[in-house]
Formats: sequence, structure tokens, C-alpha cells
Amino acid sequence: MSLCLQARQLACERDDRWLFEGLDLDIQSGEIVRIEGPNGSGKTTLLKILSGQLTDYRGELYWNGEPMRQAREHFLANLLYLGHAPGVKAGLSPLENLAWYQALSGEKGSEPVREAALAAVGLAGFEDVPAGQLSAGQQRRVALARLTLTQRALWVLDEPFTAIDRQGVAALEAQLVAHAQSGGCVLVTTHHALTESPVLRRIQLG
Amino acid sequence: MHAPQGGLMVAIKATLKRDLTLMLRRRGEVLNPLVFFALVITLFPIGISPDPELLASIAPGLLWVAALLAALLSLDSLFRSDYDDGSLEQLLLAPQPLAALGLAKVAVHWLLTGLPLALMAPLLGIMLSLPAGSYAVLALSLALGTASLSLIGAIGAALTVGLARGGVLLSLLVLPLYIPVLIFGAGAVQAAIFGDGIAAHLAILGALLALALMLAPWAIAASLRISING
Repeated sequence: MSLCLQARQLACERDDRWLFEGLDLDIQSGEIVRIEGPNGSGKTTLLKILSGQLTDYRGELYWNGEPMRQAREHFLANLLYLGHAPGVKAGLSPLENLAWYQALSGEKGSEPVREAALAAVGLAGFEDVPAGQLSAGQQRRVALARLTLTQRALWVLDEPFTAIDRQGVAALEAQLVAHAQSGGCVLVTTHHALTESPVLRRIQLG
Repeated sequence: MHAPQGGLMVAIKATLKRDLTLMLRRRGEVLNPLVFFALVITLFPIGISPDPELLASIAPGLLWVAALLAALLSLDSLFRSDYDDGSLEQLLLAPQPLAALGLAKVAVHWLLTGLPLALMAPLLGIMLSLPAGSYAVLALSLALGTASLSLIGAIGAALTVGLARGGVLLSLLVLPLYIPVLIFGAGAVQAAIFGDGIAAHLAILGALLALALMLAPWAIAASLRISING
């Protein structure tokens, strides 16, 4: 059961500047693909195009061999995207935030499972604190708890290590490698130096 | 790897619950439109004339316009906080129809803005010497009308959520579509005062609401996608 996200001849223009042209990309099961490049080179734009949020680009996207237009529902059901902004509502507690995300995927989930996911990212004891009172790093950890909570094959992560401390970084790296080794795939941009690994591949932009 | 699964009702209920919880925890924001409504109506007898007959003749229009503006002011924040903290892009990536989730958000907005305005209006009508016999129609026309206003306004809010100062543009976009609702809403109250039939006005308000319910959710979803794109 392997999956494959392909991009052919992707090109994107922003403010009269071509961020990238003629880009061909393949992401397969069992890989961590890291997009690298200086600030402003279009990493976030590329991730947004690949996850289907931006439509202003040239080129074609394919999911498991089918054009993205036809396979979009299947693609979205297997995608977990974490963007720059963690997507955590300040007025809700971490548990409530996670409950909503699970419900968006159609699952009711259960409180103990959500508490376990929060404990796994180091937020035990903060389950009912309004997220607005948590630090930036803690809010990002709430978002990262979704990785454990919702089983998705393709992870697209935009700067997931932002504001995370050293222990958290090591734990997240291990989680990414484990996900790739169990058949998932990860597309990540980060300025952080990832440990070399046989599953890691790099693509340079800019 | 799995195929898309259903769960639309789960997602809708959870979105309703989430938005209700968020808004009720920011009680100040929920009260803002009501305070604005009350302030505007309080200022009119002071600014125009305390003569009850004069006020009674313009009361339906005043009440309707003030309620409309109060609803309009509260629309800007409908999607803004979701846009700012990244929840909106997650909403767009959810494997659920965006139109349904958008409709859930608008429903909460109406429950906590439009409906309270409709219930508060008769009290303010007393302040403007609104003639007896029109209070129920006032509340009913506002309840029906503000539902349409929330739906139509949400389209504008969705289109302008990505803009820094979207407020003015939102009002400009949305006011032309508000005018029919205003005409028939205020018209219903006027008809009740003069003893004419109110059924026609209320029926048209109902029809406008039905039209808005059918078309607005898709327009809201499309507008949200455009805003995220930009």
C-alpha cells in the first residue's frame, strides 16, 4: 500500500518573480523529503501548492498516479498539514482544540486518547488550560499532538520545529523517522539541521 | 492509507459547539452589537426630538437600520480569528464540505447576534414610542431578517478576511444586498402599525432567507478559498 505525490513542471510566480520553474517532485512512502532554501525562496508556497491550498500555479499534481483534481478527496483524507500558524484557538483548551480537529475528520474520539496524545508531546497537566495562556512552543506542541492523534499517511509540515525546545526537537525527529519507516511519508521545511538518515532526501530551492 | 469517510454531522456539531464555546467565553464581544443597538436608539430621541408622535412614525425604520448596522459591525470578526491563528487553512483542508461548516459558523453568529437583537428590539421600541400591535412583528421580522443578514454578510466577511482593513470594503460589498431585507423588514412593521396585512412582507422576508440559505453557503466557501489563495 504505497502512496505517491508527484508534481510535474511546477512553476509559481509571486510579485513578478518566479519562485521556481519547471520543478519536478516525487514523494513516496517511506521518505522524509526536506525542502531547503533561504528565506523567501518559496518553501511555504511550494508546500501550500502541494497540499492543495493555492491554485495560482502552473504544472500538474498527481496523487497515486491520478490527477489531483480527481483524487482530491482521497488526497485530503490522507493528508495532515501543519502550517506556520499552529491553528490552535486561544480561547479553547488543548483538549477542546484536539476534539475539534478529530471531529473535522469525522471522528468523535475519546478524552483519554486525547489526554495521552497531549502527554506524549509533554503537555500533561496543561490539558484544560486555555491555549492563550500557553507559550508559543506549547501551542505548537498542541498542534503536533495531532500527528499522534489522527492517523494520516502524508504529513506536510511547515517549520514544525519552531519554538520547540531541544528535547521536543529530538522527539519530533524520531517521530518523523518512525512515521516514514512504517510506510508514511513526510514533506517538511525547516531551518533546523535534521539528523542524516537513510529515509531523508533533500530538495533545494532558490 | 484510507478512503474518505463520512462524519459530516459529527463535524458540523463539533463546529457549532466550538464556535458557541469560543463566543460565549468572550462575553464582551457578544454584548457589543447589543450595546451598540441600544446606544444608537437612545441617541435618536435626544438628537431628533422627544416628540412621541414624530418618533413613532420613524421608529420602524430606525430600529431596523440600527439593528442592521449592529449586525454588520459584528461580521468582520466572523472569520478573522480563524484566519489569524491558522484554523481557517485547516478548515479548508478538512475532508468535509466547506459550505456545511461555513453554514454552522454563520448559524452560531445569528444565534448570538441576530436573535438577541431581535429579542431586544421591542424593549427599545418602547423608548421610541412604537405603537402597540407592532412589537411582535418587529421581533419576528428582525429574527427572519437578521438570519439573512448573517448569511449575506458572511459572504462579504469571507471575501475580506485576508485584508488588513477589510471592514469598510465589507460594508460596501454587503449593503446593496441588505437593502431588500431592510425594505421588507421595516415595511412589515409599518404595515402592522397601519393595520395592513403583514403576511406579504413576512413571506418575502422568508423567501429572501430561503434564497440566502440555498446560495450563501457555497458563496461563503468559494470566498474563503479565494481569500486563502490571495
